[in-house]
Amino acid sequence: MSTLAPGTPRRSRAGWNLLGLLVFLAAGFPVYWMVNTAFKPAKDAIDPDPSLLPTGLTLDNFRRALAIADFWGPVGRSLIVSLLVVAIGIVVGTLAALAISRFDFRGRKVVIVTILAVQMVPLVAMIIPVFLLLNDLDQYDKLSGLIITYLTFILPFTVWTLRGFIVNIPKELEEAAMVDGCSRTSAFIRVVFPLLAPGMVATSVYGFILAWNEYLYALMLLSQEHQTATVWLGNFTTKHGTEYAPMMAGSTMMAVPIVILFLLVQRKMAAGLTAGAVKG
Amino acid sequence: MSAADTTTPAKAPPPTAVPPPPPPAPQSRKRGFSGTPWLLLAPCLLVLALVMGYPLVRLVTLSFQKFGQSQLWGFLPAQWVGFDNFTGVLNDGEFWAVVVRTIVFAAGCVIFTMVGGMLVALLLQRVSGWVKTLINVALVASWGMPIIVATTVFKWLFDADYGVLNALLSKLPGVDMIGHNWFASGPQGLAVIMLLVVWGAVPFVVITLSAGLTQVPAELEEAARLDGAGAWGVFRYVTLPILKPIIVMLTTLSVIWDMGVFPQVFVMRNGHPEAEFQLLTTYSYDRAFVVNDYGQGSAIALITVLLLLGVVAVYMRQMLKIGEVE
Repeated sequence: MSTLAPGTPRRSRAGWNLLGLLVFLAAGFPVYWMVNTAFKPAKDAIDPDPSLLPTGLTLDNFRRALAIADFWGPVGRSLIVSLLVVAIGIVVGTLAALAISRFDFRGRKVVIVTILAVQMVPLVAMIIPVFLLLNDLDQYDKLSGLIITYLTFILPFTVWTLRGFIVNIPKELEEAAMVDGCSRTSAFIRVVFPLLAPGMVATSVYGFILAWNEYLYALMLLSQEHQTATVWLGNFTTKHGTEYAPMMAGSTMMAVPIVILFLLVQRKMAAGLTAGAVKG
Repeated sequence: MSAADTTTPAKAPPPTAVPPPPPPAPQSRKRGFSGTPWLLLAPCLLVLALVMGYPLVRLVTLSFQKFGQSQLWGFLPAQWVGFDNFTGVLNDGEFWAVVVRTIVFAAGCVIFTMVGGMLVALLLQRVSGWVKTLINVALVASWGMPIIVATTVFKWLFDADYGVLNALLSKLPGVDMIGHNWFASGPQGLAVIMLLVVWGAVPFVVITLSAGLTQVPAELEEAARLDGAGAWGVFRYVTLPILKPIIVMLTTLSVIWDMGVFPQVFVMRNGHPEAEFQLLTTYSYDRAFVVNDYGQGSAIALITVLLLLGVVAVYMRQMLKIGEVE
């Protein structure tokens, strides 16, 4: 859609399109270069004057990436952690989101401020006490410790995002159901829940991505032998330098599934994020 | 709990002597204490108290303690040392250099992210459908990339010997960047890291602003144009005021995120950032985990959090305003 008024003596559409293509190239190039390097034969990948176009298709870099360090173990651990964190986060988060968006009670504002404030504390600032805390609880180097820790950022995120989705569901629907004799709970289950389900799915997927991508806590709270997928990428850099081509293959394996997941939910997420931000 | 919420529009009927009209919902009570919301909130608040409240308290107490290797292994109890950690940090010239560097770095990231994001969002309104689709695909792909992957990719792009960027730049007449090490100097290296942060952050801003731009009534823009406003005038007096809440939210979020940049620097410098690459986050980390001075590391982290409080307050106000529109 263009908002250009007809007849405005402005740069033509072609000019904007050209600019748009440049933006596309700039934004997309790093992603392209990652995939391009990953599939290039090793001698072409490491070339002082690299060809911008693919020079051949080979899976050698992927083989090498899988050989450098165990890949499936870290991926399995990342999966376990991410799925469990999201499961806990969604259940606990939905209840809390309902409370702050559908009930008016003393202290509601305090709760909202608390949940927002928690989101605002940089994770990095918490790493020292979290590390010592897990040490004390004998949870260092255990997936359960990492799961507990990840709730720090997943839970506020789910509560706030789900709140956005719930607010967009008209209250009148529940009220009508209650007039028809439903209890509050069954009104929620029959009316709100079906409408909220897509939002819950999107929030879960996005939460999964957040947990999957986390690097610092995974690096600090697990030992080398229990590393997760993001930390696994560090294996390509040793004292002798970096193995770039396999590293790009590894990066591609890490990124592609996540980007696809992301494509599926991002539109829905953007809608939830801006809920109520402009209306008013 | 404090009764600080007297400004919320009462959703339940106000307490009056007259019974509310039927049919009352079974649990809808008069304003005041009601068990249901607290019951719903309990698990969430309990988890947050455990994973956030307790470590936060520990962070504060740690910053007033001497806590090193021997305390970590439990050979010695932690000693209370008052403000020693803070005076130690604040009297350290290095620390102030890090503070300034962090603020300059974060400010640069935020400004480029917001301005770039706004420009791209406006551009998206003016291009043909197929270009829009292309840009959106590129944006979502770069947004969806794990930070750690994006970092390794940028490391590769900017590699001194085999990086594609040096090769491309050297193709320009009169430019010879072959073998140029982007990380030999702090400012240049941080500029590369800034580019990485901005590249990863712009998509979120573009997509959120684009969603906001669809809410700007076309009639208003049209009216402004008829009144003789140029493109800039329309943007300045119509678009910007309507987008303001979103812009405030995005800016405050960006400040918080960009002040908390860690993995990008950490991974770019192979886990050991040099002095001129240190930001508050890496500095605090090094002090704790490299020098094993957990007390001072905590003090630095706490100072970082305090620095952000003002920004957080602005964000809160905005979000509460948004939260009231229900």
